[in-house]
Amino acid sequence: MTEVLDKVTATPAALQLLAEIVADHGPVMFHQSGGCCDGSSPMCYPQGDFLLGDRDVKLGEIGGMPFYISGSQFELWKHTDLIIDVVKGRGGMFSLDNGREQRFLTRSEVCAI
Amino acid sequence: MNMVEHFRTSKSPFKATYGNFIGGKWVPAQSGKTFDNTSPITGEVICKIARSEAADIEAALDAAHAAKTAWGNSSVATRAVILNKIADVMEQNLGLLALAETWDNGKPIRETTHADLPLAIDHFRYFAGAIRAQEGSLSEIDHDTVAYHFHEPLGVVGQIIPWNFPLLMAVWKLAPALAAGNCVVLKPAEQTPASILVFAELVADLLPPGVLNIVNGFGLEAGKPLASSNRIAKIAFTGETTTGRLIMQYASQNLIPVTLELGGKSPNIFFKDVCAEDDDYFDKAIEGFVMFALNQGEVCTCPSRALIHESIYDQFMEKALKRVAAITAGDPLDPTTMIGAQASSEQLEKILSYMDIGRQEGAQVLAGGARREMQGGLAGGFYMQPTVFKGNNKMRVFQEEIFGPVVSVTTFKDDDEALSIANDTLYGLGAGVWSRSANTCYRFGRAVQAGRVWTNCYHAYPAHAAFGGYKQSGIGRENHKMMLDHYQQTKNMLVSYSPKKLGFF
Repeated sequence: MTEVLDKVTATPAALQLLAEIVADHGPVMFHQSGGCCDGSSPMCYPQGDFLLGDRDVKLGEIGGMPFYISGSQFELWKHTDLIIDVVKGRGGMFSLDNGREQRFLTRSEVCAI
Repeated sequence: MNMVEHFRTSKSPFKATYGNFIGGKWVPAQSGKTFDNTSPITGEVICKIARSEAADIEAALDAAHAAKTAWGNSSVATRAVILNKIADVMEQNLGLLALAETWDNGKPIRETTHADLPLAIDHFRYFAGAIRAQEGSLSEIDHDTVAYHFHEPLGVVGQIIPWNFPLLMAVWKLAPALAAGNCVVLKPAEQTPASILVFAELVADLLPPGVLNIVNGFGLEAGKPLASSNRIAKIAFTGETTTGRLIMQYASQNLIPVTLELGGKSPNIFFKDVCAEDDDYFDKAIEGFVMFALNQGEVCTCPSRALIHESIYDQFMEKALKRVAAITAGDPLDPTTMIGAQASSEQLEKILSYMDIGRQEGAQVLAGGARREMQGGLAGGFYMQPTVFKGNNKMRVFQEEIFGPVVSVTTFKDDDEALSIANDTLYGLGAGVWSRSANTCYRFGRAVQAGRVWTNCYHAYPAHAAFGGYKQSGIGRENHKMMLDHYQQTKNMLVSYSPKKLGFF
């Protein structure tokens, strides 16, 4: 059986924004991005919109919504726990926080592996 | 001393409001909505931009489909002349375009004037030449049977442009697509939506209506309908990995090709013999190290990991840190400024989050490490100190693209360790190799898993040198005539010149 991870939490501001998004769009999921431009952003999509792969890892849940990262990125990030926060901003590509003048932002905390 | 406040004297060149450029006309978003475009220089609103939705993307696709047959059938000479005229008009308006790019993105006017715009202009000329010189082929299957291979345009393509080089990255995608005879629907980044509109105003009369369509808006509202449309024959995207996967997912539903450029964590490797003499070459290598600060580090190929042979570390870093300290930071509109503003507030926040994680992981801060506080009218802008971390390759500041003026430095003891560190990354876009030994350069250049290995140089982007990634850095090669293949179909006509039947039936 796959180990259940609990490596992601959210600030009250993030939970507030998440609640607004869920009210508008229904249940959502997160996928932690990497790479250039908006890389390192936690992307938020309607559940089922983003096709999960066999090697994506579920880091936990925030506000009852699942949070994933790719398996390869997990290997490099697993010594850190993630704290999802909110900042002013407007990027995020197809993420549901896009256009709300607020963005989810991933902060991190070094943890025991 | 009286400081010249360039951001006050070099006014923003934008109009108050911009619509979309669709079918050769300027039209507001169908909903009538706009959004505020802020400049990273001051944090203030500089213009309003159409906030488009699926209906606007559909209108742009209508215009592109209406134009595609005539444009696709136009002669390569006709298309090349138009691309050359675009380049000429850009050159005649280089100052205006550079000013627009600096106001939109926050990068120094020195870079837009001497790098972004000259490269963009040359790119149109390059593909004007490349399409004229492109040849199909014929294969003689046997004496009476010939296979002809013709290049044909794909038709209508979608392009999603990043905010780090708003004009240059648009031109990297536009020039080959237009040269190959495609019509384009282009969605700029919502952080930098305006400079491309100044470009479009300048070249609007040169292209037939519908060949180039620019639709602004937010990713979710305008980018997603474009990327997931079943009316595009190809999608090109520069950005990050999760959206890259999503774009491939949409493309798979429509069975269309993608090109993706998704970033990197490029190693810049300095071998022992770099310091063999205190000469011009050593000086050039130091500049190569400091290239992490170019464009505020907002470059997919930012040399954000420096690997330095342990025996030269002290000597090298003494000079390198002095050069970092000498970076002139300030008003992006001042022609002497070397590093300007980060492109957005959230980008600055992300960079600062990596300052925190780097320190938590035990990385040593050799320079910078904090937001750069500015005075007066620039106080609301998004400025960052050039930052040098020292640590090891397992740290997240070595593994994830920060997209800021941040380099993480480590040492290696021998060639094997250098190669192992260089390739220990998810990405493979760029790399730098610095050595006075041609053999060392060659061996490493071939062994590093990256699409572009700068050898005794860095951050040069000439047209005619292929650019693209290995591993998770993406799919496809831009900046070279081979990009034409990404925008063309191959038509094979298999022709029999024999009057004789096969005899099967």
